[in-house]
Amino acid sequence: MKIFSKKQFVAWYFIIPVTFIHLFVIGIPSISSLALSLTDWRGLGKINYIGFENFIELLDDRYLKKAIFNNIIWTIAFLTVPVLIALTCAYLLTGIKRGQMFFRLAFFFPYMLASVINCQVWKYLFHPIHGLGGFFDKIGWEFLAVSPFTTKSTSLFAVAFVDGWHFWGFLVVIYLTGMYQVDNHLYEAADLEGATKFQKFRYITLPMIRPVFVFSIMIIVIWSVPVFDYVYILTGGGPAYSSEVIANYMYSQAFERFDVGYSSAIGTLMFFYVMFIVAVFGLFRKMGWDI
Amino acid sequence: MIVAKYRRREVIPNYIILSIFALIAILPLLVLIFNSIKPQAEFGINPLGPPNELRLENFSEAWVKGEYAMVFFNSLKLVVGSVLLCLAVSLAAGFSLAKLNPKGSAIVAVYLLVGISIPAQLYIVPLFLLWKELYLLNTHTGLVLIYTALNAPFATFLIRSYMIRLPDELFEAARLDGANTLQLFLRVALPLSWPVILTAGLIISLAVWNEFLFALTFISEEGFKPMATILFAFQWRFENNYALQSASAIMMVAPVAVLFILFQRRFISGLTSGGLKE
Repeated sequence: MKIFSKKQFVAWYFIIPVTFIHLFVIGIPSISSLALSLTDWRGLGKINYIGFENFIELLDDRYLKKAIFNNIIWTIAFLTVPVLIALTCAYLLTGIKRGQMFFRLAFFFPYMLASVINCQVWKYLFHPIHGLGGFFDKIGWEFLAVSPFTTKSTSLFAVAFVDGWHFWGFLVVIYLTGMYQVDNHLYEAADLEGATKFQKFRYITLPMIRPVFVFSIMIIVIWSVPVFDYVYILTGGGPAYSSEVIANYMYSQAFERFDVGYSSAIGTLMFFYVMFIVAVFGLFRKMGWDI
Repeated sequence: MIVAKYRRREVIPNYIILSIFALIAILPLLVLIFNSIKPQAEFGINPLGPPNELRLENFSEAWVKGEYAMVFFNSLKLVVGSVLLCLAVSLAAGFSLAKLNPKGSAIVAVYLLVGISIPAQLYIVPLFLLWKELYLLNTHTGLVLIYTALNAPFATFLIRSYMIRLPDELFEAARLDGANTLQLFLRVALPLSWPVILTAGLIISLAVWNEFLFALTFISEEGFKPMATILFAFQWRFENNYALQSASAIMMVAPVAVLFILFQRRFISGLTSGGLKE
């Protein structure tokens, strides 16, 4: 706009505060962390440059390997179960008239709740004496008699379940907005051809909501990296590292062992992984989401 | 609408499946409500059902034992401080990025966009050490600054995408009347932007109210802790007193539930806005 093109510096005054605060809190500490990952600093005393030694140590750290493995399992779990349930529910929701708003609110409400709340609710429900276990015990069934949070083979999935229970309603709403943009004539044409519900979903809905769908996949992959609250609150990564994830491991390295250099190296690793994912999806977006 | 084409009989399975999932989403919260008004003694015989005997004293007892008057005030201070500061800087930046577009401002936009996806684990340690140097640990000011930075990119883009749709003619007319840029912002852009201000304010409030990681790391003194980390500590302090725990949790959920009922559409559209703009 011509009318604003004079006095460019005034326009900059409006942008400077947000930039300054963001640089101060996130930008500069991030750059420091990238630099500190090349040192053996422990928060006090002299800072020694040690090159890529932290990263070489990372490759050898079997707890970190376990944590990375668990993050991968976590990502796969979130890419399948909540996505399938949310797609189903969103599709079924487009097929009903009455009560649509009720279901939408019911599905979405857990997404509004704090991690501490959700964890407390499920800690109680999965408690072996109280909660579901206690309830089933009273009616004579042995179900959930042991807490899934304290069992090695189930701890990671139990934590992921609680986070997924909180999260999936968000996906329903995202898919729903995509589905409402689909032209109704396509469904009418399919009805004339005698298509089943599933065929309409597979050949009309799914291709039409692809941009929204790819977006949901991207945020699941990105958000699965810094997962912290649910693991820290529910299991602390245990028992025996069975539910350890990268963010929780990094937190213990930083704030329990005060190993600034090493924890910065873990943070650096997470950062580059996330940037890689963002770049890959950015490329997809440029190609018009044609995957 | 897609709804038209379904016949009544076909719709019944839809309702059955949707109801099952709605129950999975809501029943756990119903149990939490039941537990908050149940006497502790009843938990052994009645783990899930509604209370046989109503005990509302759970709330007053938890309120006193948890010193929630102070805790609520702490959380409120964080919410109000973060919302005001974050809205102020984001409105200004959103306005400039939408209507003024100074040369080079695209760099700032890209920087903020990258900033959204930087994992906290990258910067939390240097930030902690910096805050220690500046004596900002265990202060609400320190946490307000962090929450502002965390939420500002999202708020800036939300505001920018709203203000970009405001008609340019309004700004040109005001300019011809002799308004300077600050007046354009305060007198023209802001009064027209109250819907986005409300949406952004609600989303920031929710994020600050629920935030856990930074509250856990940067506030270790009991007297300064907000609701989220106090509740976490409470779960350990009264480990087997589910009545008190549940009453405390309900107190933290209640304001969120009330606001959600009042502003459902704003919350839903604000929280999912990233997915909507293609």
